[in-house]
Amino acid sequence: MGVGIEVRNLKAWYGNTEALHSVNMQMGANQVTALIGPSGCGKSTFVRCLNRMHETIPGTKVEGDVRIGSTDIYANGTPAVEVRRRVGMVFQKPNPFPTMSIYDNVAAGLKLNGFRNRHRLDEIVEKSLKQAALWDEVKDTLKKKSGASLSGGQQQRLCIARALAVEPEVLLMDEPASALDPISTGKIEELIDELKANYTIVIVTHNMQQAARVAGFTGFFLLGTLVEFDKTEKIFTNPSDKRTEDYITGRFG
Amino acid sequence: MASRALGSGSQPISWTRRLSNSALTIFAVVCSILVIVPLFAIFAYLVIKGIGSINWAFLTQAPKPVGETGGGMGNAIVGSGIILGVASLIGIPLGIGAGVYLAEYGRNWLGNAVRFTADVLNGIPSIVVGIAVWSLVVVTQRHFSALAGGVALGIMMIPTVSRATEEMLLLVPRTIREAAWGLGISQWRATLSVTLKTASAGVITGVMLAFARAAGETAPLLFTAFGNQFWSFNVNQPMAALPLQIFVYAISPYDDWHRLAWAGALVLIILIVGAVTAVRVVTSRGMMKGAT
Repeated sequence: MGVGIEVRNLKAWYGNTEALHSVNMQMGANQVTALIGPSGCGKSTFVRCLNRMHETIPGTKVEGDVRIGSTDIYANGTPAVEVRRRVGMVFQKPNPFPTMSIYDNVAAGLKLNGFRNRHRLDEIVEKSLKQAALWDEVKDTLKKKSGASLSGGQQQRLCIARALAVEPEVLLMDEPASALDPISTGKIEELIDELKANYTIVIVTHNMQQAARVAGFTGFFLLGTLVEFDKTEKIFTNPSDKRTEDYITGRFG
Repeated sequence: MASRALGSGSQPISWTRRLSNSALTIFAVVCSILVIVPLFAIFAYLVIKGIGSINWAFLTQAPKPVGETGGGMGNAIVGSGIILGVASLIGIPLGIGAGVYLAEYGRNWLGNAVRFTADVLNGIPSIVVGIAVWSLVVVTQRHFSALAGGVALGIMMIPTVSRATEEMLLLVPRTIREAAWGLGISQWRATLSVTLKTASAGVITGVMLAFARAAGETAPLLFTAFGNQFWSFNVNQPMAALPLQIFVYAISPYDDWHRLAWAGALVLIILIVGAVTAVRVVTSRGMMKGAT
């Protein structure tokens, strides 16, 4: 089951450059939240703060509170590894492990964390691939083919299956369909709609139609601040902020 | 205007450009042929000179004393194998470990120091490595040994292996590392099982390069492994090695020994090429279809 996310006064830096200015946001459990905004507005940085991926870049810094469910992920003593197990991530470009088979790609999160029960592993791999709507296409070549041999759209669904296999509560998606053709994009969007029953989903997207299609709530970022955050309907039909209106009507960005 | 911009290709290309294009192509082809020629010339010459002396006795027997005909380099073949085994046990883990450190954590003063040291070590003449190991191992142990020879060759392998490992790991895109971290895999696990595995083909190439180079080294063995006219399987004793045996036989005044030296050189090259090929075949079988 998904859990809620609560962000308070979140600031993030690259070196001396402040990329996020005091962001406050609450995302409900099992909701799909879309983050939109022009390039460089901080939306990717924001999601990368939700699973402590931001801090892996040398010279970066984070301040503020992020709660995933009841866990304060930036509290002293919360290991980043633990956080990332609960908060899965799908990246902009499909990034399957090139030397691993399809099976091993999906099983990687469990296997490399010491999970050894083979029978159970088989079940989880099958379940995850089914959830990611990839099972029928790969079930005959699971252990024979490399993850890198799949098409771009299949690779991205493989990456989703890989993230789902560790059974996270939250799924972060950083422009998951931007490198894909319209058919693959459609599949990923359908998938998001099905996955929200079990996960809380945060999706960064440059495609406003996509945000409107998949997300119940939408946040608009501009220059490192969260300008407006509301029901998707409200954002796209009757935004409260002039800057949001300008952006969604295409007057800039 | 537009048609001119698009149609510039339809205008005939000037004859000077076509001429320089063909000239450069021919130059490149000639250069690549010239690169292949020495290798094949060496190999062909070795085959001509050495093949006649290779027989079962050569491969299985130890040298005969001066004056007696026959005998072989069986002990040197086995000795080279043992010494290279010791060298690999030292050079490969240390080299890969250092390479991993340099690539994953090495953007600091320690990393720069290690990188600089490795480059210098790579440039040190092999005989100097031999002398250093002689004074460190042979003098302390009070006798020559295969172990000392292995240490010398192992030291020679380290810089090649570590720089190859570092470069190959740096070619693995950050997104692959992030994918692993994103699954909650600990950093050392991600480095070993994902990053290093992704780079393994290149790392293995580096290891084989280092191995092949060490296999042919003579100078560092002169006063470490020392050589041995008899069979020895004890790493604490002086041991024969192919390059050493070739060296001794080649500078000897006996025609019979010269022939054996040629045969030894041919066997050495065949064994090196064979080992490199075998490792390639075995490791590529473990790779997945379609892996890049």
